[in-house]
Amino acid sequence: MKWSRRQILGFALLPLACDPAKPHEGFLGLTERLNDRVQRALLRPGKLAAEERASAVTPEGEFPLYKVGDDYPAAPADWRLRVHGLVAKPLELSLADLRRLSATEFRVRHHCVEGWSAVASWQGVRVSEIARLCGADRRAKFVEFRSFERGQPSEDGPPVRYTSSWDLESAQHPQTILAYGRNGVPMSREEGAPLRLYSAVKLGYKMVKWVDEVVFQPVRTGGYWEDLGYEWFAGV
Amino acid sequence: MTAARAEQPLVLRITHWANVPLLAVMAASGLQILAAFPEMGAKGAPAGWYPLQGWTPPAWARAGDWLAGARHVHFGVAWLFVANAAVYLVWLAVTDEWRRRAFLPRRDGRNAWQTFAAYLRLRPPPPEQGLYNGLQRFAYTLAIVLGAIEVLSGLALYKPVQFSALAALFGGYEGARAIHLLGLAALLAFTVAHVVLVILHPRAFASIFTGGRRA
Repeated sequence: MKWSRRQILGFALLPLACDPAKPHEGFLGLTERLNDRVQRALLRPGKLAAEERASAVTPEGEFPLYKVGDDYPAAPADWRLRVHGLVAKPLELSLADLRRLSATEFRVRHHCVEGWSAVASWQGVRVSEIARLCGADRRAKFVEFRSFERGQPSEDGPPVRYTSSWDLESAQHPQTILAYGRNGVPMSREEGAPLRLYSAVKLGYKMVKWVDEVVFQPVRTGGYWEDLGYEWFAGV
Repeated sequence: MTAARAEQPLVLRITHWANVPLLAVMAASGLQILAAFPEMGAKGAPAGWYPLQGWTPPAWARAGDWLAGARHVHFGVAWLFVANAAVYLVWLAVTDEWRRRAFLPRRDGRNAWQTFAAYLRLRPPPPEQGLYNGLQRFAYTLAIVLGAIEVLSGLALYKPVQFSALAALFGGYEGARAIHLLGLAALLAFTVAHVVLVILHPRAFASIFTGGRRA
């Protein structure tokens, strides 16, 4: 790790450079980058989150259903999942196409950045399977998931799409899926239908709902909450 | 154990006073994080034992402005908190200082109980000991144990999947969250008692600044 003059200065001015309104800068930015590295090192690709008991499933109506827009967005009639970027073969998949791929199901605890937890089971296709099908390039170390949901992060700013950029290791984890089912029934619109990202190894805001694009990228980008100041890695 | 040494050597004084702002920042940013979901228990399964369900800590007790800011402060300053604690614990071990500071039940249990009973006016105080009596050793060692519980339960909350064995030790994610908050309450109670007792014993208060007598 090479220390830039700015980083050293940031450390020296620690009490001044600790501005919670700008958490990606100064001392907080420095420790965020340190924590990103540590979290990445801690992620064990083969380590699975424990299956929860069926009785632990959060009752219907109690599992919070977040959105950033005014309403839960409805999928366009011609909805397709577009997979592109650093790939050998870009894909356009319908929900029927996705349902024909090998399915994965798990029942795990959901961890929200706010501190609450809840339990549900999720059915879908592993992102690693999508990466295999499209022939993702070895240089693609990051995956960006994009939603057709739009939110307005600042009052005077333009509306933006909900997105989130992931490290490849977390995206390829066996418990990271593009989910079309929840608790044994098709995904509801409020939960992200027709397709949402779900993972046992990230905080909730990383799991993009209403997904319509998966982009394999050589660089890490931000995301809806990440650009507002929330941490980028956000692993659990 | 022959050389004269201060009651409160320099390393102890530095780590002790560094701990004051560090612990305050950890507590205040932790309460700001709690404010995002001021309840105990999973969604749909609120904890019956927690009397403060839905209660948000007052603004003066919180730091970090908002959830993301407080999380960055909490996980950034945590490194400094742990580093300071590591310096103290290593110093304690290599200098043999632990002998006169750590609570050893066999050595200190009886004196701790007698001193406690004396505080309650149930019996006359036991004869004076060296630097600390048994009750002081118990209290200071308990504070270290509470600090360790906070760090470990915090790691379980931070990485409930990667550190699943640690989280299981606390009863899972929700258990770790409850213990992390109860540990804070216990540390707060310790701090209040610590400050009150130190005001009642001004000589001890001076030594944590000056180092005190050499013995």
